[in-house]
Amino acid sequence: MAYEKPVPVPTPETQDFWDGAKRGELRLQRCDACAVVIFPPRPFCPKCGDRSVSGFTASGRAALHSYVINHRPPRGFGDEPYALAIVELEEGPRLMSNIVDCAQTPEALTLDMPLEAVFEPITDEISLPKFRPAAGG
Amino acid sequence: MEPRAAAIVGAAETTELGRIPTLSQLQLHADAALNAMADAGLGPGDIDGVATAGETPASVAHYLGITPTWVDGTAVGGCSFMLHVRHAAAAIAEGLCDTALVTHGESGRSRVGVSRFGGSPASLPGQFEAPYGPAGPPSMFTLGVLRYMKETGLTHEQLASVSVVQREWAGLNPRATFRDPISVDDVLNSRMIAYPFRLLQCCLVTDGGGALILVSRERARDFPTKPVYILGTGESVETPMISQMEDMTSSRAFRVSGARAFAEAGISHDDVDHVMIYDAFAHLPIYGLEDLGFVGRGEAGPFIAERNTAPGGPLPVNTNGGGLSYMHSGMYGMYALQESVRQMRGIAPAQVEGARISVCHGVGGMFMASGTIIMTNEE
Repeated sequence: MAYEKPVPVPTPETQDFWDGAKRGELRLQRCDACAVVIFPPRPFCPKCGDRSVSGFTASGRAALHSYVINHRPPRGFGDEPYALAIVELEEGPRLMSNIVDCAQTPEALTLDMPLEAVFEPITDEISLPKFRPAAGG
Repeated sequence: MEPRAAAIVGAAETTELGRIPTLSQLQLHADAALNAMADAGLGPGDIDGVATAGETPASVAHYLGITPTWVDGTAVGGCSFMLHVRHAAAAIAEGLCDTALVTHGESGRSRVGVSRFGGSPASLPGQFEAPYGPAGPPSMFTLGVLRYMKETGLTHEQLASVSVVQREWAGLNPRATFRDPISVDDVLNSRMIAYPFRLLQCCLVTDGGGALILVSRERARDFPTKPVYILGTGESVETPMISQMEDMTSSRAFRVSGARAFAEAGISHDDVDHVMIYDAFAHLPIYGLEDLGFVGRGEAGPFIAERNTAPGGPLPVNTNGGGLSYMHSGMYGMYALQESVRQMRGIAPAQVEGARISVCHGVGGMFMASGTIIMTNEE
């Protein structure tokens, strides 16, 4: 069955992130001047304004920062409630994602639980970073 | 800007609120604008400034037959009208126009004459949020609340009490959509929308509109209604992506906008008699009371549950019933402003006796933007 959920369309500024995700890597950027970690990707530092930033591969380790369990799925997201989550990466930035390999219940989804990134191929070009409970966590 | 440089001399909502399938969205703007003009004893030829969101200032000005010398199309969601009031007051002080009209109209429920919007999949929200299944504001605006609960100890019952208290206010307002009393149990047993939010913790979806007319302080006494002076104003924006808020449990835009408005007004929180905090969802009055500085961190839930903001309480909040019970067309900020004006004129259905200062605080998008207008009826 065709993939019906929204598919990201990379821009020049975000291409490295999506190329990384395709390879199973979570790509972030760091400001060369002030070392702040940057997400979403952009070719400058929103903290100090410096235009010199460098990409790096994040650890993939994260924690569950907050979430809701959505009971009204939009088209393509099936019929079952699912968690729309905010995860906090070990490197600092937060991003929206889904939590996989885990019951989608308040009991199973506890705040600050350790997570690790996994990458779900959705098209030939795009793999989506998602997160699952960390092994041994 | 100097306090009281401008005043609201016309204020009205659409003739009807609720379900209005007989009017297009543009006509809702016009219906509210004509009512506000009638309130001020003015006609389209007297208006020389137009600000609006949802439609363009050109659409509204042309439809109403206005030739403006100042326009503002700032569109930052439901608090756009707070920003319009702020900008209009500054424009009047600067002489860019003399009589400014701020309009809102939204066919939020009936969707008559509404252009559809949708984000591009190449936008940042399109790339980094949409793929994960956000289902509109109920599942996104609410994303930080579990974090807030963990950090502050806010309980589900306290959160539910927001809806209960506002329904009490709505019960005093004949124009409110929902007026029957509800209990904390009713809230916690209503249909789950996006855990931890249930149906009665989410705003209505209705049709309606509202308009305001502003002039300079010097002219304000020449109109039929009691002038409502703009005492202090603030605005800010944070992020169009809720996942990128600095702090999921507090709005930076609220803090910046609120502090600016209080400083400009030169008042303290003890001076405030009446508060409106845009409540698309039940956590917004909690964030608002804390981010505006009325209570400390983690205190807003108990403060509301203990009836401090309820009828008879020391700090009346959302006295029209709010977006949770009064009406919510989508960009609710205009209705919060209308209620503050009614309170300052002394004509609100649930009038706060002797109220002199009202703080009206709006949110735009999902913690994307904020605008704060402090009004007074004292010259």
